[in-house]
Order: sequence, then structure tokens, then C-alpha cells
Amino acid sequence: MGEPGAGRQPRLHAVRTPLDEATVLAMRAGDPVLLSGRVYTARDAAHRRLVALIESGAELPLELAGQVIYYCGPTPAPPGRPIGSAGPTTSSRMDPYAPLLHARGLRATVGKGERSQEVRDALRQYGAVYLAAVGGIGALLAQSVRAARVVAEADLGPEAIRELELEEFPAIVACDAHGGSVFGR
Amino acid sequence: MREISVRQITDAMDAACREAVVQLPGDLLAALRGALERETKPQARDILALILQNAEVAVQEGLPTCQDTGVVVAFADVGMDGHITGGTLQEAVDAGVSRAYTEAFLRPSVLRDPLDRAGNSGDNTPAVLHVRLVPGDRLSLTVAPKGGGAENMSALWMLTPATGPAEIVERIAAHVAAAGGRPCPPLVLGVAIGGNFEQCALLAKRAAAARRVGQPHPDGDVTRLEREILAAVNATGVGPMGMGGDTTALAVHVELAPCHIASLPVALNVQCHAARHKTVVL
Repeated sequence: MGEPGAGRQPRLHAVRTPLDEATVLAMRAGDPVLLSGRVYTARDAAHRRLVALIESGAELPLELAGQVIYYCGPTPAPPGRPIGSAGPTTSSRMDPYAPLLHARGLRATVGKGERSQEVRDALRQYGAVYLAAVGGIGALLAQSVRAARVVAEADLGPEAIRELELEEFPAIVACDAHGGSVFGR
Repeated sequence: MREISVRQITDAMDAACREAVVQLPGDLLAALRGALERETKPQARDILALILQNAEVAVQEGLPTCQDTGVVVAFADVGMDGHITGGTLQEAVDAGVSRAYTEAFLRPSVLRDPLDRAGNSGDNTPAVLHVRLVPGDRLSLTVAPKGGGAENMSALWMLTPATGPAEIVERIAAHVAAAGGRPCPPLVLGVAIGGNFEQCALLAKRAAAARRVGQPHPDGDVTRLEREILAAVNATGVGPMGMGGDTTALAVHVELAPCHIASLPVALNVQCHAARHKTVVL
């Protein structure tokens, strides 16, 4: 199991999006991350549409270069709040789509659970990273979301693509750009 | 004959859904605190502490503990001496779910047509309703909103009678290890052994969702099997969120049912750490 970070003390990365390659290459599996700035939410149905757009050569509703996609379908925002409960969903369902998005410049994804070998290979190839947030703590994670608005695929309801403004959103580097992973060790 | 109006049922379902997704039940919180005391891996301890902290924040802020507020599974035990007036039980249950999910800002997660991925029903209906007729004139409703990530990792195996208990334990542990972090461990596992195809699956769901977390089966032999499965699952080292640790499952609930001489169905219902359930009796 490739784990170049083994033996090294975990290092905190407080980063703001968009992320450049050097920022991502400095991250090692097991490192804690505090993520700030703009990210996009997308899950199953939105990914099907994004990939269909790419395959048909159409323009995407969002710029992928240096960006972060958060696998999240939040609960609706109650009055006076930017968002409802907003934790990660299972990332492996998006495995078939992730390599194509990384090839288009996507720098990081945020979700929960393991990724496929194809995704881990793509992280290495394109200098990208997979961050894991703790699942089932959506009330706590919502406290790190400052603003949210639907930017595309509004008809999908909870699965619409949203732009979130994060402030110190806590995650862990789960699969890094060097082949390291926190899973199965 | 005692009459129970659909309005009472709708009101009870509405309140139970709202409470279940925001306030984690006491039995689950006790199991999580026990796990935190026993867990030895620092990162796993951090995750368990975050789960407990989230439970407090959810109540303070009035937000669901998890954004996956689930498909509502409702277990209705209907007293045979009672009479439901004003509509059907399914309509009454769905009206309560619809009101809770739309008015309390809960996430609708039900597609009307499984092959039309854009066709969200919008109010999280219909609920999955399981009805039993029981003695008496009361109506007991247990609401268990179930998330997709954990349900996706559930399984049913039609084994042959040559399979022994040790192999069942091994199969379950291997399945949980392969699922890894995807179903949001630490888990509550409902295991049913026996019955037939559909009975076994439902019994496993009841074991996971309707029993108090960690309450042992009354039969000592079954209790021992529960402990063996729990030990084997925790020995996998999957840990909270799949990132390693001693706590892969909080509890294993086993139920048995009579079965055909040729058969040995085994069902595993996987429940994430948001093991939400709320019972009301009318």
C-alpha cells in the first residue's frame, strides 16, 4: 500500500479555494484540513449531467480548474440560515465520474468513504486530492457554511449544484496525490 | 370498538419524524458514549466525539443531525380491536411525513420512479409502511428514517443448511469490512437468520431499527451469537468512518425465524451511526 506520508507527523492545512497544485501536493493522507472559500455541491444526478455535457462538448455551468466539488445534498435552509444540515454523502457513487472531472482541472473532492483505484490513479496523474469529512454530522458541518446559492440544475432539488462559501470546514486528507490513503491501513 | 382517526395518526407521524431526525435517541447516545470510553485510537476517538458534539448542536440549532433525513420506514402495530376512521393508514402516515418534511425543512429523498432520477416526489412520500395486527385496541407507530448510504450496504444471502454459525459470523464480518467507511460506521447491525426471502429481509430491518440499541436478545444462545458477530466485526479494524479503530459497530441485533428444511436465508441490515427511531402509541 503506497503511503509516502507514513511515519511523518500529520500537518494541518488551512487553505482557501481555488487550490493550486503546490497546495495539493503538500497534503498527505491523514493530514487535517480546514477548507475555506467557494466550493460546489454535486451528487449523483448532477454528475450524470455534468459528464453528459462534457461528452457532448457543451459548456459547463461551472469552471472546474482549481475548484473543489463537495458531495453533499443539504437539507433545505430554514429561514435566517444559509443552509440546513450539510454533511458529506458516500463518495464511491461518484467514482465513475471523478477521473474525467479531474482531467478537466478539478483539484479536490470532499465526501465520505473509500475511492476506487481509478480515482486514486487520477489524483496522482492530475495532482488532485480527496478529502473526507465525517458523515452524519451535518448540523455541526453546517456551522462552517457561510453562504449558499443554487447555480445550476435547480430542478434536481436537493441534488442541484450549489455554490457554498465555506469558512474553516474541517476535513481529513483521505487520498492524496502521491498514492497515500487513510483507508485500509 | 375504539376509533382512531387518520388525523391523530397524521399528527403523530408528523411529530415523530421531526423529533427523530433532530434528537438522537437516548439508547443510541449511551452506546456512542460507551464506545468513546472504550476506543483506543486517537483519530477514532476524535470522530466519536464529533458525532456526540453534533448531536448537541443539532438540538440547539433545531437542525437534522444528518442531511440525509432518509426514507421514512414506519412500523405500525395495529390493535385488532381498534378501527381507523377517515381514510387509509398509508394515507394518514404519508400525510404526516409530507407535513414534517415540507414544513420542518427536511430533505426530500424519494424518487417517484426509480428509473427517472430527476423525479423527486418533493415531500419524501410515500413512506415504507410495515403493518402487523396485534391484540388490543392501540396503534403503535415506530418511525425510523433510513439513510441511503447505509441501506445500500445491506445484503441478503440464501445459504444452504450446510452453513454453520461460524461461517455466518465470518460472512458478516467480511461484508462489513468490504463496505468500509461507506455506510458511516460505527454501525448498528440487524441480522435475521431463517424465515424465507422476504420475511428474512424485513426481520433484519426490524432488528436494526425497532430494537433499543444494544438491548440483548432474550434467548441466551442468540445473545452469544450477537456478541460473537460484534467481536468479529470490531476485529476488522474498519473503525469510525472507515479510518481505523476499535469501533466498527455499536451493536448487533440478531433475530431468528423458522424456515424450510432446504433453506438458510441470512439478511444483514446495515444502519449508520444515526440510528434514528421514535415510537408513539395511540
